[in-house]
Amino acid sequence: MEMLSKKATCKSHGQDSSYFLGWQEYEKNPFNEDTNPLGIIQMGLAENQLSFDLLESWLARNPDATMFGSNGGSIFKELALFQDYHGLQTFKTELVEFMAEIRRNKVRFDPQKLVLTAGATSANETLMFCLAEPGEAFLIPTPYYPGFDRDLKWRTGVKIVPIHCSSLNGFRITKAALDEAYDEALKLNLRVKGVFITNPSNPLGTTMNQDEFNHVISFAVSKNIHIVSDEIYAGTVFDSSKFTSIIEAIMDRTLEKTDIWSRIHVVSSLSKDLGLPGFRIGMIYSNNETLIAAATKMSSFGLVSSQTQYLLSKLLGDKKFTRHYIQENQRRLKKRQQVLVSGLQSYGIPCLKSNAGLFCWVDMRNLLSSNAFEAEMELWKKILYEVGLNISPGSSCHCTEPGWFRVCFANMSQETLNLSIHRLQAFVTSNGDGNYQNQKLSTRISRRNSLVVS
Amino acid sequence: MEFSLKNEQQQLLSKMATNDGHGENSPYFDGWKAYDSDPYHPTRNPNGVIQMGLAENQLCFDLIEEWVLNNPEASICTAEGANKFMEVAIYQDYHGLPEFRNAVAGFMEKVRGERVKFDPNRIVMSGGATGAHETLAFCLADPEDAFLVPTPYYPGFDRDLRWRTGIQLLPIVCHSSNDFKVTKESMEAAYQKAQEANIRVKGFLLNNPSNPLGTVLDRETLIDIVTFINDKNIHLICDEIYSATVFSQPEFISISEIIEHDVQCNRDLVHLVYSLSKDLGFPGFRVGILYSYNDAVVSCARKMSSFGLVSTQTQHLIASMLSDETFTDKIISTSSERLAARHGLFTRGLAQVGIGTLKSSAGLYFWMDLRRLLRESTFEAEMELWRIIIHEVKLNVSPGLSFHCSEPGWFRVCFANMDDESVRVALRRIHKFVLVQGKATEPTTPKSRCGSSKLQLSLSFRRLDERVMGSHMMSPHSPMASPLVRAT
Repeated sequence: MEMLSKKATCKSHGQDSSYFLGWQEYEKNPFNEDTNPLGIIQMGLAENQLSFDLLESWLARNPDATMFGSNGGSIFKELALFQDYHGLQTFKTELVEFMAEIRRNKVRFDPQKLVLTAGATSANETLMFCLAEPGEAFLIPTPYYPGFDRDLKWRTGVKIVPIHCSSLNGFRITKAALDEAYDEALKLNLRVKGVFITNPSNPLGTTMNQDEFNHVISFAVSKNIHIVSDEIYAGTVFDSSKFTSIIEAIMDRTLEKTDIWSRIHVVSSLSKDLGLPGFRIGMIYSNNETLIAAATKMSSFGLVSSQTQYLLSKLLGDKKFTRHYIQENQRRLKKRQQVLVSGLQSYGIPCLKSNAGLFCWVDMRNLLSSNAFEAEMELWKKILYEVGLNISPGSSCHCTEPGWFRVCFANMSQETLNLSIHRLQAFVTSNGDGNYQNQKLSTRISRRNSLVVS
Repeated sequence: MEFSLKNEQQQLLSKMATNDGHGENSPYFDGWKAYDSDPYHPTRNPNGVIQMGLAENQLCFDLIEEWVLNNPEASICTAEGANKFMEVAIYQDYHGLPEFRNAVAGFMEKVRGERVKFDPNRIVMSGGATGAHETLAFCLADPEDAFLVPTPYYPGFDRDLRWRTGIQLLPIVCHSSNDFKVTKESMEAAYQKAQEANIRVKGFLLNNPSNPLGTVLDRETLIDIVTFINDKNIHLICDEIYSATVFSQPEFISISEIIEHDVQCNRDLVHLVYSLSKDLGFPGFRVGILYSYNDAVVSCARKMSSFGLVSTQTQHLIASMLSDETFTDKIISTSSERLAARHGLFTRGLAQVGIGTLKSSAGLYFWMDLRRLLRESTFEAEMELWRIIIHEVKLNVSPGLSFHCSEPGWFRVCFANMDDESVRVALRRIHKFVLVQGKATEPTTPKSRCGSSKLQLSLSFRRLDERVMGSHMMSPHSPMASPLVRAT
């Protein structure tokens, strides 16, 4: 008898992907300015380390957050005992206001419709458990975050069917691609339960435009399926006016009083906006009461620590702070992105034009020895082992075209970023002629794809 | 209209989202609603319901708060600790902070009198013990597979082990005639029954110290269990969440001691669940621990822990706290003393009016024998009695039925989640209830076996007929609608 479950012995955890293997190589030889200057620079981790000074100075001004209240009374015991899966009300109230602030207050959220989870990882899995039976499918635009293979499929048994997006139009979702994905699911005998979008996109760093919203929403309405919108990067938009939440999109189309309203579900987290992944603060927001009731019960398997809820309720309750933080953080991210983009551009490596995220979607097709995924892997390994940069290959994000890489820029100091650009520059220059076999072809492609060159 | 709306919801959402697998329609939770709507408070609501259905440990917060105040660097929010803020806030490695794992391993060793060693590299985090149980079920069994579990058992297992995993729990029926001990015969019988029903048994779930009994398993029984699972080649999941709540003899013996010292066993079959929710009283911090002797399980469970990692803010605090051995020595011994005192106060108080309890040496509750108060020996009668206790005596205690007890008349009563005054009030109410019913009582000693007695107690049945709910035995408060604390 097989001693462990099928889930334990299969590979659905997705950790054999190059996405994670690159991290392992980084762990073995991590760059450190002083102690290991030739080590691998981690550019595969989408973390936001740019604004910690703001958080730290807030803490210094606010000792109240230590669980020994301003009047000296201790609430330690109350917090230690608080395990209500509805969450700390003050925290949820502040959290929804923060979410609204990020969305320019175009959308207001009701804290009663919010479920707290241990990170967006848990939120996404919980939604799949609630929305689909094992064997049913969600359609997801490619390229997508590699973690979805684990989070959405592993323990739930739900399938992912890709909506293929192409560099020809900047990887935007088209009606044709949606229909094609749906037909593919039918061919595979899979019942489609919904569309799963990430907006802003990981790994593209782009926000969904109105055309895409039109396509996705009409599609979901006509097929009577769910839309899950993972908006974890909402606070990383360089310019807030360019981000539209799915909820705003539905309201703009005056669909709030129709069926689709109860099939819209938003996921978010404080891991990217505030740069606090260690605290495991995730959330599900939905107008579907039955879903909220079920997801709340399921959150028992991954509640947010009460002391963390308390700390964040204080932090987010300081509106002056949050407004300033949102703006300043966006400004720093934009600036940092520009350093990377212009640095790469200066020796002929274009990036997809992006306006959000902690990474760029970099076009290295003209560095490939051939237009194939084997060549992408070859290039990736060179960049990992010879150049010493852990970047994420597009194939790990299920991109249909070889040659694209996700490169993170917000999880390191300015100096380290400059160094990584310099290393890549040296690599490109020294690998000159050998890799430019397809140069003429790629030049023609570049001209045609002027949409994608930034 | 309402029906079709509900029907529509059921099609829109998964079966899992709309079925009863969450287990909240159990009578275990129904009493909480009565408490929630009328909670006792010494001055504001002195006639309210006293919560005795929640297994929380509130007896040592004075010591803990003192420690927290004296150790500001343990918090990343204080001036002394803030320099660690960023490092801690960005750390999301599912291995957990090394100092956290080391401190937890050390604490677990201390609780077991340093009789065993725990390897910090086998410690896996989870969303409370709730998360640990579910993760183990996902790792060890496929849908439809079964785990055997001795009755009575903690109601939350029905949700934690089964809801999203699709596995089954099959009872190993235990009886009061031998103090609910697990016997070789009962284990074998349960296993055979599963075989006959063509159900594949993958594991054995044990809770030691036991919830709801409060008893610790003796060495012989533990050896029998290990031998059993080894022979059958099935997994053993040992939930030792109450390991540091032992307050008297006999002492706690961990499964880890048995496999290290007493019996040869395939260690790949043995897994522990632990948490800081009971021993330290930190259910809000969600510190769940899964410890496995099986490398593949550690590896898989660790990947799954992504779904329920412990907040690094909390890992940091706990690492600091549990590595202070002066503190941990003190808290373990003080907690033990206070639990003993509280337990004694209650059990002696009950004995004075002829109410017996199962002899126990651990836990935050005791197992109360009210069989003689039942109108008849049925679960309907148990539910009737329970409703009287909630609505007239105003105590929320948990009926044995919700723990899958095979015999009606037993109730779990929690005693560590209240102050001394509430204890006195609770005892006064019980005394009054029993005495006012106008029957002869003879004081029994708390250590007596819960055998037969000639005591007859008559109860006021005037409202009972109205409350008989028929074969479902559901209370009028189902389904649970009020804010619910997780099952404890």
